[in-house]
Amino acid sequence: MNRKTKELLYFSAFRGCALLVVMALLVLVGYIATGGIERLSLDFLTEMPRRANTQGGIFPAIVGTFYLMLIVLAVSVPIGVMSAIYLVEYEHRSWMGRLFKLAIYNLAGVPSIVYGLLGLGIFVAFLGFGFSLISAGLTLSIMALPLMIAASREAISAVPYSVREASFALGATKWQTIWHHVLPYALPGIFTGIILSVSRAAGETAPLMLTGVAVSLQRLPDSFFDSFMALPYHVFYMATQSSNLLATRPIQFATALVLLLLVLGMNLVAIVMRKRYRDKYKW
Amino acid sequence: MRPKSKTDGGKVRPRLRRNPHLTPREKVIELMLTIATWSSVVALAAVFAELMLGAVPAFFSINIIDFFTGTVWNPSHPLYPVYGILPLFLGTLMVSFGAALIAIPIGLGCTIWLAELASPRVKSIFKPAIEILAGIPSVIFGFFALVILSEWIAAVFDPVNKLNALNGAIMLAVMMIPIMVTVAEDAMNAVPNSLREASLALGATRWETVRHVILPSALSGIVAAIVLGFGRAIGETMTVLMATGNAPVITSDFLHSVQTMTAAIAIDFGEVEYGSVHYHVLFLVGLVLFIITFIINFLAEWVTRRYREESA
Repeated sequence: MNRKTKELLYFSAFRGCALLVVMALLVLVGYIATGGIERLSLDFLTEMPRRANTQGGIFPAIVGTFYLMLIVLAVSVPIGVMSAIYLVEYEHRSWMGRLFKLAIYNLAGVPSIVYGLLGLGIFVAFLGFGFSLISAGLTLSIMALPLMIAASREAISAVPYSVREASFALGATKWQTIWHHVLPYALPGIFTGIILSVSRAAGETAPLMLTGVAVSLQRLPDSFFDSFMALPYHVFYMATQSSNLLATRPIQFATALVLLLLVLGMNLVAIVMRKRYRDKYKW
Repeated sequence: MRPKSKTDGGKVRPRLRRNPHLTPREKVIELMLTIATWSSVVALAAVFAELMLGAVPAFFSINIIDFFTGTVWNPSHPLYPVYGILPLFLGTLMVSFGAALIAIPIGLGCTIWLAELASPRVKSIFKPAIEILAGIPSVIFGFFALVILSEWIAAVFDPVNKLNALNGAIMLAVMMIPIMVTVAEDAMNAVPNSLREASLALGATRWETVRHVILPSALSGIVAAIVLGFGRAIGETMTVLMATGNAPVITSDFLHSVQTMTAAIAIDFGEVEYGSVHYHVLFLVGLVLFIITFIINFLAEWVTRRYREESA
């Protein structure tokens, strides 16, 4: 075979692979969207579920997922950003630095269901939070931590060293330099990371199953120690365990669509933000 | 005296020595940041400790050799529950290897196209698309497999069970590809341009350059990408739970239902009694899973470090 034809053949195959991957995304989103759009309405979003979830809306599930996201924000953003600052600016190549990196790297690879076991053991049983919003939220926060740290680290270390040197040369202390001259430039990147990790946490299901998600509630959780509904678990439950699987199919699709829109929306915001920020700062 | 420096993105970055004249405020801040960073170590230690605490009682109530060599997983039997991890372990391996078989060629092709061939404009559409694919929650993949993909497979293959290992493997492959592509593309982009130019100048076609110059130079990065994707597949819960039919049997037939370790933990915890033998055995399964993913991560890290050293 001619070398040129061979090249053409291989390259067409590679292009085919790339198209296949994007097609997979379109097919997936397309099917969920067409299946769910019919049942989706304002009432569906704002009503309580009725008759064992076979009628009514998914309002408590939406609120539950929203609360979970709030807990993840409140817990893992400060810890994640502080860790990232430490790792970039303070870590002195000691055994401690190596230990930190090792821990974060391995934490990122722990399967989600194992985080569920952790949440069950620590938050539900040991700390006595019970099967509750706070147990699930804290479990998700730990899960989101590695991603948050990785994204913030990248954003902070992308700020050129000359910025720091200029600040030091003017007599600023280390923290003044970080606070006034490093963080402001790293902020858009950090925000992107925050949005991505919170959206990841919002779609997580397995840890919730062990830490207190409820099948159906006619009310909203009234405290952090109350049980709750969540969108991803609702999709799972309705699709596999509910009493009449076929009859509730439209509800399953519509719930999946709501979750998908939430996560995709957050991802899009993050991607656009990162793009704009990259165009703005070209060091 | 100039202290040690570390390289960062090719640039040498001077390292400041610990300043002995820090104000109390600065000291407090540094301390707080250190404590925050320790929380990751604590979290990882807590995962391990919790799994151990949960699993250790199982050692006293079941025969541990039977657990690792048992070919039957039937924990819900009212009189004689049997805890053999092999069906779950092999189920996990089968689905993950199946997924890797599908994902590796497609992912590699996609990576080569993105890294070497695509124009910047096309790339600026494809790369976010792949990122979005990575961000889709696993329960959505599971739902798709359960409701739609299983129908397609049923229409083509006439499977033994409607929800089967193939269903899960295909869906996991779709989830693996974005991770593989992201990591492998980094590795291919790290290959210096001078190598490409030298190869092209010697008269090689672009394909020959990719095949004989770029792929070998990026090999360890690509291997790391595959290992990471595989690790993700092994730990994935919701997709396999919804797609593979949850039958803990040992089979080599991809059209048969299987159950993975992750799915067993997730589904059994719904009915398990707190502190029972079954409860502790599930923690033991979790411990096995944790150790497997720990080893896989270690491998990926080791390979990545080697390739960093090679390219440095």
